[in-house]
Amino acid sequence: MIPSAVLGKLTLSAIPYHNPIIMGAVGTASLLGLLVMVWVTWMGRWGYLWREWLTSVDHKRIGVMYVILAVIMMLRGFADAIMMRTHQALAEGLSQGYLPPDHYNQVFSAHGTIMIIFVAMPFFIGLMNFVVPLQIGARDVAYPFVNSVSFWMTVASALLLMVSLAVGDFSQAGWSGYPPLSETQFSPGPGVDYWIWGLQLGGVGTLLTGINFFVTILRLRAPGMSLMKMPVFTWTILVTTVLIMLSFPVLTATLALLTLDRYLGMHFFTNDLGGNQMMFTNLFWVWGHPEVYIVILPAFGIFSEVVSTFSRKRLFGYVSMVYATVAIAVLSFGVWLHHFFTMGAGANVNAFFGIATMVIAVPTGVKVFNWLFTMYRGRIEFTTPMLWSLGFIVTFTIGGMTGVLLSVPGADFVLHNSEFLVAHFHNMLIPGALFGYFAGYTFWFPKMFGFRLDEKWGRRAFWSWLAGFYLAFMPLYALGFMGMPRRLVHYDNPIWQPYLLVALLGTFLVAYGIFCQVVQLMVSIRHRDALRDTTGDVWNSHSLEWSTTSPPPFYNFARLPRVEALDAFAHMKEQGLPHRAQAPFAPIHMPRNTGVGVAMGAITFVFGFAMVWHIWWMASASLAAMLAVVVMLANDEDVDYMVSAEEVARLEKGSAPAMAFASAAATPSDLKTQG
Amino acid sequence: MKNFWIKLLPLLWFAQTSWACVGDCGNSHWAILDPRGPIAAAEKHLILTAFALMLIVVIPVIVMTFAFAWRYRASNTAANYAPKWDNSHGVEAVVWLVPAVIVLILSTLVWRSTHDLTPEKPLVSAVKPLTVEVVALDWKWLFIYPEQGVATVNQLVIPVGTPVRFHITSDSVMNSFFIPRLGGQIYAMAGMQTELNLQADSAGTYRGLDTQFSGAGFSGMHFEARATPPEEFQRWVAETRNSRLALDETRLKQLEVPSEDVTPTYFSRVSPQLFESILQKYAPDAGAKIKG
Repeated sequence: MIPSAVLGKLTLSAIPYHNPIIMGAVGTASLLGLLVMVWVTWMGRWGYLWREWLTSVDHKRIGVMYVILAVIMMLRGFADAIMMRTHQALAEGLSQGYLPPDHYNQVFSAHGTIMIIFVAMPFFIGLMNFVVPLQIGARDVAYPFVNSVSFWMTVASALLLMVSLAVGDFSQAGWSGYPPLSETQFSPGPGVDYWIWGLQLGGVGTLLTGINFFVTILRLRAPGMSLMKMPVFTWTILVTTVLIMLSFPVLTATLALLTLDRYLGMHFFTNDLGGNQMMFTNLFWVWGHPEVYIVILPAFGIFSEVVSTFSRKRLFGYVSMVYATVAIAVLSFGVWLHHFFTMGAGANVNAFFGIATMVIAVPTGVKVFNWLFTMYRGRIEFTTPMLWSLGFIVTFTIGGMTGVLLSVPGADFVLHNSEFLVAHFHNMLIPGALFGYFAGYTFWFPKMFGFRLDEKWGRRAFWSWLAGFYLAFMPLYALGFMGMPRRLVHYDNPIWQPYLLVALLGTFLVAYGIFCQVVQLMVSIRHRDALRDTTGDVWNSHSLEWSTTSPPPFYNFARLPRVEALDAFAHMKEQGLPHRAQAPFAPIHMPRNTGVGVAMGAITFVFGFAMVWHIWWMASASLAAMLAVVVMLANDEDVDYMVSAEEVARLEKGSAPAMAFASAAATPSDLKTQG
Repeated sequence: MKNFWIKLLPLLWFAQTSWACVGDCGNSHWAILDPRGPIAAAEKHLILTAFALMLIVVIPVIVMTFAFAWRYRASNTAANYAPKWDNSHGVEAVVWLVPAVIVLILSTLVWRSTHDLTPEKPLVSAVKPLTVEVVALDWKWLFIYPEQGVATVNQLVIPVGTPVRFHITSDSVMNSFFIPRLGGQIYAMAGMQTELNLQADSAGTYRGLDTQFSGAGFSGMHFEARATPPEEFQRWVAETRNSRLALDETRLKQLEVPSEDVTPTYFSRVSPQLFESILQKYAPDAGAKIKG
């Protein structure tokens, strides 16, 4: 078919109206979206939503919106997981399951892409957006407007991915999109293009966030907060931003080369005419391996905060933790080849990368031991965030062990591309990243909204997730030893089926865990008065975010705190120093909200969609529009304002009750009354 | 050296016996743990050795997690409480050094085993090796026996006790050639040749497959690897030479048409240099690199 000038390759036949499963998913997603819109309209809150949230450049609001995006996308990614597990549990022997290969292959490609790029990334970026400026005693990030642009570009690319459900299809080449399979010759449809542009545009947003937080942490720390007085979470974020800045450009370049192959008929990665598929594989993992640490290091930071807080002790081995984090980051750039020992690089190269991979286990092990010694001689309270952390330590250790096993090339030769591998990386990412984010979400929720999350439903969610995880992934380890490869749409081996049924059961248990989290949120909102925190320091914690009110005023701190020690807030409490600003107040300089971020997100979406469907006029028009917005922006001088000292004084008076605070260090009896 | 580990670590023995006998002892369900060739056996041994070594760290971590969590629970006021205790050079030294030493030991194991088990390394044997050329197609495997002048699709027949040298390429996307019970896998890539050396020590039919996702027919891209006594292998070659099907350029064109779950097919009279021509289709200068 010849592409038309107006709609490119897009025709009505791109909508899979003949496929009831896809149309059902599209219908459900659209219905939910519609319901939310009707609800907002009915409540008459569009104006509020636009003024206070969508156009906000406040890092706290953007952080919350990132987390909401991550949660929505997690539901989508998890729906994919349930579909895969159900299908594989059925598709043995004569049964073909219920998904045809072209659909099943889209499902696992989308699952991987979504879970990494649109769940893990926005979840930790959301938490760091909310927490980091508060933790370093700043009023906002270095570039508040860029922050809004980053967010809306991420939303645009997530939306692009969702649209691929309804218009055309998604990639069938796996989340890693190896050529030549992802080249036009083998994947002629728009699926791979959706994957490319989703990753590419979202990647730009992530890179901007990386730069933004790198500058924020280096330039906006409160007076007195030297690098070695920074909270560990901020440290992990600083290191993560460096990883983002160094690795995401590699992804951008790699995808650009694949784009040239697909759009202009070039031959960077094709089979013939000098193309080199091994180059893509290398480049992809030069980004892909640091990416793993990009999503895991922030979770390590969260665990450090949580374990220390609920063990009622200072973090053990702070300096060691910092060096371990930096060591992991440096090493993460030297291990990418372990993703393809089986490509035939030869013994010396394989052995080098195998050993380099094992070396990472040392600083990672040090972190685990330091958390354990933080608990040692503590007074441990088993709150939900602490449970997530303990579940993480045990489970992650098992995953680390299977990881070291896979880093032995000779062992990898028989375990590569098997269900063992699938079990391994879920064993790293679910406890290592997701449990950390859940811990962080529960830990900082009271700071975000001024009330705690319900503990009972939180515990139920934790236990369901933990048991569900073991049920879902331990059988996959076994299947790996039985020689079952990943990504099978069908198999002829009745011995595998019981294991896949157990894995399916585990997935249902995880689904119940997610259900508990939804209920937890609803119950907590309903009982928010009982769960209210008026102190601002609900957990009796140690870093600066707890020294301001919950939720914090939009300017975070009426007067910027002075930091004299590591664990700045704990130090203030011990010394009986006033940690809330007293009159006289000074005027505060703040950035103004703007809808330009939303506009740039919208333009990004249109551009991505136009590129996927080869609608050249629309792509050019959106590029021109983007350029126009940037020029307009450069000439806009009305980007900030001052909050007068009187206004600050008035606002601070409103949040007075939080002032009374015991100055001495907490004793165990204090703790019980808090729990 | 390998015996040294067994003596050093009773754990290894435990792991080995318990793992190998999960389910049925001697049953073929646990492909990786039930090797039928020297390479697969060495790889299994390597997995168990590395596993046992890692337990030295992993078990204490798990025990400590539960022990510390229980001992220092908030309600246990009898336990020591040291809120300011946040550093100990002794502990730091142990937590950096012990994992480092284990990694050092593992590293020597990695260096040695990687050089022993590298796929292109010929097996040491008094028996003359058999050469098989492997071509990954959409979605089936083509096996060419250049010395015997026969070829098959989706069935590999090899003599027991004979080293087999596989020369592997792809006539399509990236694939990975793997016979779990004989050992190691390696990618098949167009315009490039990878090598794998395996051997079967006992007769039987083993599952062979592609592990690298290759598109819609990926799941149907598996084959039978039949290891037979040498005399039976010779008989099989003679029979196959009688096949009426010849493998030439025209036939190859037919085979290149995507199909899956293809039943084994046998060809006599293979065009000479067919494997090389498939390589050169993608990389015209590939011929120069081909070793014998």
